[in-house]
Amino acid sequence: MTSGNLFDLGVTILFGALVSGTPLLFATLGEIFAERSGVMNLGIEGMMLMGAMGGFATWFRTGDLLLGILVGMLLGGLMALLHAFITITLRADQVVSGLALTILGTGLSSILGQPYVGQRVPAPTTLTLPILEHVAAEQIIIVLIGLVFSPLAWYYLNRTRPGLNLRSVGEHPSAADSLGINVIRTRYLYVVFGGLMSGLAGASMSLITDPGWVDGKASGLGWIAVGLVIFASWDPLRGLWVSYFFGLLRRLPLDLQNPALPLVSTANNPSVGRIMDMLPYLATIFILILGSREAFRKRLGAPAALGTPYIRGQRGL
Amino acid sequence: MTELSNAFEMCGIVKRFPGVLANDHVDFSCQVGEVHALLGENGAGKSTLMNILAGLYRPEAGDIFIGGKRVVIRSPQEAIALGIGMVHQHFMLVPSHTVAENMVLGLDQPRFFLNLSKIEDQVAELGKQYGLNIDPQAKIWELSVGEQQRVEVLKMLFRGAKILIMDEPTAVLTPQEVESLFKTLRDMTGRGHTIVFISHKLEEVVTIADRVTVLRRGKVSAANVSAKGTTKAQLAKLMVGREVLFQIDKKPAQPAEIVLDVDGLCADNDRGLPAVREVSLEVRAGEILGIAGVAGNGQRELAECLTGLRTIKSGEIKIGDAVIDGKTHWRELRWQVAHIPEDRSEVGSVPALSIAENLILKAFSRPPISTGLSINKAAVRKNAIQLVKEYQIATPTVETPVRMLSGGNLQKVILARETSKRPELMIAVHPTRGLDIGATEGVHKLLISQRDAGAAILLISEDLDELLSLSDRIAIIYEGKIVGETSTEGADIQKIGLQMAGVKAEA
Amino acid sequence: MVSSVLGVILALIAGGFVLKAAGVTNPIATYQEIFKQGFGTFADWRAGFTALFTGTDCPKGLLCFGPLSDTLVKASPILLTSLACILAFRMKQWNIGADGQMFMGAWAATAIAVFILPKTTPAVLMLGMMGTAGILAGLIYGAIPGFLKAWFNINEIITTLMLNYVAYKWLEFFVVVGPWSIGDFESTGRFPPSATWPRLTQFADKIPVLSGLTANPGILLGIVAAIVLAWILYRSRWGYEIRVIGNNPKAARYAGINLKRNILLVMALSGALAGLAGMNEVAALRELNGRFQRGYGFTGVIIAWLSRLNPIAAIFVSFLFGGLLVGTQLIQPQGISSMLQGVILFVVVGTEMLFRYRVYIEKIVEDVPVREIGDVS
Repeated sequence: MTSGNLFDLGVTILFGALVSGTPLLFATLGEIFAERSGVMNLGIEGMMLMGAMGGFATWFRTGDLLLGILVGMLLGGLMALLHAFITITLRADQVVSGLALTILGTGLSSILGQPYVGQRVPAPTTLTLPILEHVAAEQIIIVLIGLVFSPLAWYYLNRTRPGLNLRSVGEHPSAADSLGINVIRTRYLYVVFGGLMSGLAGASMSLITDPGWVDGKASGLGWIAVGLVIFASWDPLRGLWVSYFFGLLRRLPLDLQNPALPLVSTANNPSVGRIMDMLPYLATIFILILGSREAFRKRLGAPAALGTPYIRGQRGL
Repeated sequence: MTELSNAFEMCGIVKRFPGVLANDHVDFSCQVGEVHALLGENGAGKSTLMNILAGLYRPEAGDIFIGGKRVVIRSPQEAIALGIGMVHQHFMLVPSHTVAENMVLGLDQPRFFLNLSKIEDQVAELGKQYGLNIDPQAKIWELSVGEQQRVEVLKMLFRGAKILIMDEPTAVLTPQEVESLFKTLRDMTGRGHTIVFISHKLEEVVTIADRVTVLRRGKVSAANVSAKGTTKAQLAKLMVGREVLFQIDKKPAQPAEIVLDVDGLCADNDRGLPAVREVSLEVRAGEILGIAGVAGNGQRELAECLTGLRTIKSGEIKIGDAVIDGKTHWRELRWQVAHIPEDRSEVGSVPALSIAENLILKAFSRPPISTGLSINKAAVRKNAIQLVKEYQIATPTVETPVRMLSGGNLQKVILARETSKRPELMIAVHPTRGLDIGATEGVHKLLISQRDAGAAILLISEDLDELLSLSDRIAIIYEGKIVGETSTEGADIQKIGLQMAGVKAEA
Repeated sequence: MVSSVLGVILALIAGGFVLKAAGVTNPIATYQEIFKQGFGTFADWRAGFTALFTGTDCPKGLLCFGPLSDTLVKASPILLTSLACILAFRMKQWNIGADGQMFMGAWAATAIAVFILPKTTPAVLMLGMMGTAGILAGLIYGAIPGFLKAWFNINEIITTLMLNYVAYKWLEFFVVVGPWSIGDFESTGRFPPSATWPRLTQFADKIPVLSGLTANPGILLGIVAAIVLAWILYRSRWGYEIRVIGNNPKAARYAGINLKRNILLVMALSGALAGLAGMNEVAALRELNGRFQRGYGFTGVIIAWLSRLNPIAAIFVSFLFGGLLVGTQLIQPQGISSMLQGVILFVVVGTEMLFRYRVYIEKIVEDVPVREIGDVS
């Protein structure tokens, strides 16, 4: 962390926000795709935890960071596959299944992650850039991945045929079905994709943005992601801004302790820190309230078929 | 090959559903370049037949020939490949997408990248060609129903359909839009397209069609009849027939005071379009007034107004002495008004609760079922046992959850709940839909006995036979208006059929 | 209930595999140890039954049946949170915030015990006020998401979850860093004696069988609440309304039942129950500190599901889970209990759906043709 002029401080804080918000971005993007196909996945938190733990454990055992990320993704994807099976094929309630997965993921990651708590963490490859001294290359990489992926996701969703098919499945599965699109297969695909992204989110947390594993690493980020999807109106580009904003909120307590800011004494007060810790969660509720009213005005609603299992021949959607 | 070759031929088509023979060895064919109307009432089998042609259903027996060659159509995609496209009653359009996006959905090309502006140009071009002007960038939800229908037609043309099936297309259109549609259809036949026009509306059929085929109860009752050469009266007769299925023994009605008085009622449907237009009618105690009409002409909305499930736009409803307006507390009124809803498991019952608990859905807040805060279980059980016996509901126990019951028994539960307290007024909407003969008979008997006990009954049904045998008087509803009313004693069935089909009574 | 039992068995098997993966060589031995810690050995049970049948007084009182005390203590809060979930879930309101509501209840009860009422207040009054405070706090904290859902249709899952985290931080603020902590300890210090639960064994002179039981009367609160809730659900008018809404909101509207008001009421009452759990915990722990246990709210979810949303069944399931929690306290590796809980819930959800799926299939076959024929709108 640099001391010095305010501009440097600003850049540091901004970068911090980007880094902190990137795992959130991954999870949000993944869930946007899943929900666009009509399936709600509340298991994100569990998948992130498994991804974080699994990724960390893999790195710890093998020393291979990339492998850790991949394993984390895979774990998330597998859990999502379970969720897909239960909600799409068995047509069970999407809410409870997702919840069960989160509880499962929480417990599983806790128990399997025991040996890795408080262990040494991956050493970042440090670069020295102007202003941002001692910054981790890995962090830069994932931030870039996020920055690039988001507009790509937007383009995929809105300007390609597979994207059109995806959106149709989530809005009006009967119409899509009648035109030859395989609704079931589409939903499976994107739910698993969402899981892969959640796993990636978790792994990138425990390996890159906030290295280390502790119980409950994700600390509710998975749930925040669910709320962010709504606030982002299921749009990947908007998801980008919202995720970074929340990244900023999360880092706020830390950033305010920066000696360059004249708020040192208040910021150092741990009470204030606790209150600020609450901010992301309160903000989520706040944006949900905003979102519910905005939706009326802008007709930017959820995918119309979100949450309802698809049964061919049923009236309605 | 004759000079006027057949665009397609369907021979000996048989289609069964559990409990119903929807198409009974039906032959149907169309010539190239004609508008051929498929006429009939609800349940006649017209939609089913065309769904087979469009690849949505597979027939149990029969053959299909396109241009002389025998084909098997397994899916809507195969039908399109053969040049057959169907515009359904419920549009298969994604509301939040644009016209262009809907146009191109499900096609093979372009494979990956969608050059939307190019597609939009193509759509605009096609639209101009056929005189179907649509803004390709408009979102579907922004369009009027008529425009949405145009999009559906264009969608089929975009995919190269030569045979176009329109299923009750004018049901959702204003008169101007109907004009416009007919112009488009004539234009299309001029270009060599073949149109199958499914309808129950005689006036329109006679206006637009070249030939007519009439279906009745799954069978062809008249084939390839020239539209210009046949009178409407003849068509009506073919459509509605003369036989009455059940001869119900009933005493002559002894109507007493007016129980239901509807005056100038207006209400909109879910889309915001007028569904009930200045309806006025009266039902007296001790009589059954049947509402005849093809489904979709406002009956459902009328019933919903009379049972508090839909807001009244204007007009007045009086039940007994009570005047209904926006503030009426229906909970109290429901005591006097029995409602047999159209959709048993949607509004009518609570599937996971037991029969006993369903039976008290209206009565649960009053004694003897509940006193103070608690529900008297013994009273609930006693009530249930008595009703199960009285209405002969087949069930192992009264604690069985109603979702386990067959349709007929579920209907009995609803009937028991609604009629056990001898209501003054009963609104029955399609009460025997989906029931077998035995259950149907039971419902009929019950309606008659309620009527004899002095209830005023409004009966809405798609089955004209049922209406004729049960009702004392019949009113015919068409496009939201009451177009005729007559006593069923010695009624002119032809005239009723004509009125149901929208033909103004010839003086 | 069959699918629940089946689910638990499957879950134990699956859990065994997980334990293996975590390095445990003999999962069955682990399970045995857990059982012993939670419920006592067979020898203990035999002695207890023998004493009962021969009419003699077992010297250890009810403790002849094993470490009942600890199990009962653990069972109290989770019984209450499970009741909170049962009430809400019955109306298909997914209150996942029982944890947060419990924390707020604990906070309110502590406020009464340490800062508002004087130390010398008699126990009955003190505990009564604490209970009231806990209930009120939980009620308000549950009413917030209830209100948002009822009037603005805001997803209650997310709001209750977010409020969980807010409640955690709220407590941390007061106890760990802020006004309530004593010195450097993250704790309020011991409560005045009147603000704590007495031990059941203190009543042994009146009820001899209670001798030796170090458990507190909190479990009785839970049992009473369960009975009351069962009465409400199955015998009261309101319970009928709740069940109708939860099963078919359209039919509920037809019957004239007010949806909005009921959603608010149910969420508030659900929160109140969880708040009471918080008071219960704090009175048992005799202090409020930074290690206040999180997760009882989620255990409540699982118990609610396993009990098939039946309050009386929840009593027994809570007892079993209490034993599980006690039994796994000292077992390595840590986290077995939450893992097992997660696996159990997941398996139960899966198997339950399999059962319902069959009924669903049959329904579809019956319904579809009817719509296809008359499908002229």
